[in-house]
Amino acid sequence: MKQVLMGDHAVARAVQLARAEVISAYPITPQTLIVEELSEICARGELDARFIKVESEHSALACCMGASMAGARTFTATSSQGLLLMHEIMHWSAGARTPIVMVNVNRAIAPPWNLWSDQTDSLSQRDTSWLQFYCENNQEVLDTVIMAFRIAERIFLPVMIVLDAFILSHTSEVVDIPDRKDVDAFLPPFKPLLKLDVDEPHSFGSITGPAEYQQIKKMRHEDMMDAIRVIKETDDEFEKIFGRRHGPVSAYRCENAELVLVTTGAMSGTTRIAIDRLREKGMPVGALKIRLFRPFPAEEIASSIGGAPKIAVIDRNLSVGAGGIFAQEIKASLYGKATRPAVFGLVGGLGGGDFTPDAIEDIAKRLLGAQAPEADVIWEEL
Amino acid sequence: MAMDAKQLAEMKKVYSRPECLKDTIYHFCPGCNHGNVTRMVAEAIDEFGIKGRTIGVAGVGCCVFLYNYIDVDVMEAPHGRACAVATGINRVHPEKIVFTYQGDGDLAAIGLAETVHTANRGENITVIFVNNTVYGMTGGQMAPTTLLGQKSTTSPYGREFMGDGYPIKMAEMLATLEGAAFVARVACDTPKNLMQAKKAIKKAFKMQIDKMGFSFVEVLSACPTNWGMNPLDAYKRVDREMTPYFPLGIFKERTTADYL
Ligand SMILES: Cc1ncc(C[n+]2csc(CCOP(=O)(O)OP(=O)(O)O)c2C)c(N)n1
Ligand code: SF4
Repeated sequence: MKQVLMGDHAVARAVQLARAEVISAYPITPQTLIVEELSEICARGELDARFIKVESEHSALACCMGASMAGARTFTATSSQGLLLMHEIMHWSAGARTPIVMVNVNRAIAPPWNLWSDQTDSLSQRDTSWLQFYCENNQEVLDTVIMAFRIAERIFLPVMIVLDAFILSHTSEVVDIPDRKDVDAFLPPFKPLLKLDVDEPHSFGSITGPAEYQQIKKMRHEDMMDAIRVIKETDDEFEKIFGRRHGPVSAYRCENAELVLVTTGAMSGTTRIAIDRLREKGMPVGALKIRLFRPFPAEEIASSIGGAPKIAVIDRNLSVGAGGIFAQEIKASLYGKATRPAVFGLVGGLGGGDFTPDAIEDIAKRLLGAQAPEADVIWEEL
Repeated sequence: MAMDAKQLAEMKKVYSRPECLKDTIYHFCPGCNHGNVTRMVAEAIDEFGIKGRTIGVAGVGCCVFLYNYIDVDVMEAPHGRACAVATGINRVHPEKIVFTYQGDGDLAAIGLAETVHTANRGENITVIFVNNTVYGMTGGQMAPTTLLGQKSTTSPYGREFMGDGYPIKMAEMLATLEGAAFVARVACDTPKNLMQAKKAIKKAFKMQIDKMGFSFVEVLSACPTNWGMNPLDAYKRVDREMTPYFPLGIFKERTTADYL
């Protein structure tokens, strides 16, 4: 069934279809529509979930962690400052191997206050052992949330799905909503590996010495790396039932490209419009969308770039003192390759600046003529 | 009926904009009591002549533009952290007058811990707490102060104590703490209550000026927008629904500083 849905409402529908059992959240713009819609859905009895309204994001995630340990499928949603407040529990919940699914609406971090899109909030969580997906449109949002539960519950690590503030969260698009029975077939009920169970007592989160500690971390890293395989399998299974797949990355018209524009989130669709226009004019440009950030799809990125001599990574985020975060990660992942492209690291759209097709076309034209990046960070004023 | 020049000259100005209330248009919704509370704080600052040495700390909520209205230095605190930020400022500048201005989400939900501990340490600051029973700025979600049965965007069929708990009575709670010097609850629904509110706000600043310790004024306020009411009905709701549960009055008033 097709419906016109805002990104936040697509999230709520996905959570409903996934039959989350415990939802705990604290409101923050532009996530509020998600929790409001879910509280309506729960109150109408259309989802048999406990909706727990707590006093902060820190408690919301801690509450999800407890619920997950008790064997429930759990969900939370937040944004910006709220996500930052969750940081401690993000590490903890991943360490506790609780397969929580969270949606974060990318919003700029204060001060100064700003409500608009900026990925620095979620990218600052890169070392918390959470998987991270960046979505391009509302269909991808809905699909990824459903897939996320399945992935999380296979590898026992929590998953964060990210969408741009307002550009997706509050913008209506046509979304194909899957049938309930198909989602049930795709996503069986949650079977915890370990849970708090009086018949089989365990205690969790105890103290360890250095050897065990490192071993535990190593296992977590290996499981995270293995998640790429699980993500691809999940994509295959999803495609079989729903006819759509999204992939960790997706390349667009990269054949014989001199320059590949690398993007994430909502600007990826805009970039393809720009690429079509440029290709029509005979310019050798392509695009690569990165959907998965953790685990980092290094191999998929390297093979998708093909032989392009130049890539331009457009970052709507900033690690102050280092530069755009996707650019850094991509540079690091290409370092060991025998042939590697020149990487232009562009930073722009912080706090909501709009990447229009024209703006992206201009970037491509400019960089087609450039030899090597003139600076580590190339600032884009939009 | 037009007045002639003589009549005009004979008129006395009895009410004007407080000196430290900037001549800007409030962003508050029509009928919102944030406007009254902001003004009363500005009046108190004028009346004590402390404009030059007052520092405000704004919570996150509809009060976030405090710096646009009151002509004193204002620092924005992260959501809920105003009392902790104010403590830091006050410990460095004990001679300054430091106040926070916070809503019920900011103070009674996410910022409850630092509020309680700031009061308990008896920090010499003044806290102005606007209780409008919802998270106003984010669109009317359930707050810790939301009344039982009250509908909000996250309690669409009304707040139930099973699961959502009871509305939290901040003034009563803080009054139990040794460190609190002055704790009062007032309302903005009638001219009489506004006068009481003004008195309490002034008293709270006076306590700080006299170095008596932590002073706290909870102001019952209307949020017509998120209550889905016109302002008059909203003020009636304050009287009919809020004051029976959140009684007005002074809950604690110390007469000597506790270190004396
Ligand atoms: C850590 C964090 N979580 C959530 C928010 C979003 N937020 C902004 S204001 C607010 C609630 C405001 O309500 P209240 O304090 O009652 O003030 P009012 O607007 O009603 O005056 C929330 C939840 C935030 N800014 N930071
Ligand atoms: S939303 Fe409510 S609290 Fe905020 S300005 Fe409007 S009436 Fe006042």
